[in-house]
Amino acid sequence: MKFRTLAVAAALAVIGAGVVAAADEPQVVRQGMMKKMGGAAGALAGIAKGEKPYDAEIVKASLSTMVEVAKTFPDQFPAGSETGHETEASPKIWEAMDDFKAHAAKLGADAEAALANLPADQAAVGAALKTIGADCGSCHEVYRIKK
Amino acid sequence: MALRKFLGGIVLLAAAGAGAFYFITAPQRLPAQTWASAGEPDLANGERLFNAGGCASCHAAPGATDADRLVLAGGLALKSPFGTFHAPNISPDETAGIGGWTLAEFGDAMKRGTGRRGEHLYPAFPYASYARMTVKDIGDLYGYLKTLPKSASVPPGHDLPFPFNMRLLLGGWKFLYLNEAPRVVLADASETVKHGQYLVEGPGHCGECHTPRDVLGGLKTDEWLAGGPNPEGEGRIPDITPVEGKFGDWSAGDIAGYLETGFTPDFDSVGGAMVAVQKNMARLPKEDREAIAAYLKAVPAR
Repeated sequence: MKFRTLAVAAALAVIGAGVVAAADEPQVVRQGMMKKMGGAAGALAGIAKGEKPYDAEIVKASLSTMVEVAKTFPDQFPAGSETGHETEASPKIWEAMDDFKAHAAKLGADAEAALANLPADQAAVGAALKTIGADCGSCHEVYRIKK
Repeated sequence: MALRKFLGGIVLLAAAGAGAFYFITAPQRLPAQTWASAGEPDLANGERLFNAGGCASCHAAPGATDADRLVLAGGLALKSPFGTFHAPNISPDETAGIGGWTLAEFGDAMKRGTGRRGEHLYPAFPYASYARMTVKDIGDLYGYLKTLPKSASVPPGHDLPFPFNMRLLLGGWKFLYLNEAPRVVLADASETVKHGQYLVEGPGHCGECHTPRDVLGGLKTDEWLAGGPNPEGEGRIPDITPVEGKFGDWSAGDIAGYLETGFTPDFDSVGGAMVAVQKNMARLPKEDREAIAAYLKAVPAR
């Protein structure tokens, strides 16, 4: 009885460790980062579409998130993280890492430029989002595979 | 003697069969008077169709932006299970492009997949969709293409293994898959939905990627817009029919918004080959994107 309890506890511990480890996997980390990026884009789009009132603080926070994520995003693609955890990363990332990094840098620079010259109304937020959205698309065009 | 007669019979039958095959499947041209009704080209409408059809996505040099995307020099390599196609030069250059083509010749290519020399064209050029375009729209597009810059560039030919390099066989393909019938019959469709149907099934040729294909490369029309494996390589092309819990959860506004901005309702972004398509769609008038969205909400879920 005691042995069985121990065995179950041990099995649970192993599963638990597995879950913890999975959360640290680069595939999972970068998926989380992209979700964060999407959240920021969504906040800006709400304002651009007029669904939410213009709020300078939200615009600032969203653009800051984008700058921050873009900075470290390309570091989440170490060798060995090409597959697994339902990654949608294209093998082309590892074939052309410099170009991939350049795409992230362009996004970061565009978000930073918008931050430095903060969009002051609904239309300006829309224009900034258009530039940033094009950056999302130009990278996903080549380096993401939808499965 | 009996054997010889028998063999002779076989040969005759084969010849008759080949003759019948050719008779049924020879490249077709539309009657010349078809094009008389096109009238003077409306260039603005021609440009609209140029964007709806995404001509530049295949016929401009790969990666071309801004003014370069109007130079239709060709050259893009289109991989398929049948080999690699190279998009031809369709700039108005008289020798390298289609500058010397008449409207009838252009129209036969668009609606019947018949080239200028009377040859079958490969359906990598999506004439099986363009066949649904109106004569007027084809005339307007023809007029617009004439206004674009010339390019003398000659792209490589198609790289296809036997038997796919035999154009004669395409007649059989057309017999099976080329028609002008609607892809889906929608009862009581509004004018908006009908306009969307025209754009999606005709010039937009959305089904060419979003509908799965059979072993002969024909669209499985009973799975219209249901998505499938990416014929160009890895990944999948999404189902864009209103399946609940999936694309069906997108509102018409979400779809039109995606075509305009490239953002999905949960703020993922457009990717893959759809990036070029979305850029073209963003250039269309708002009512075209709304019509496409209305049609995609109206088609049967698959």
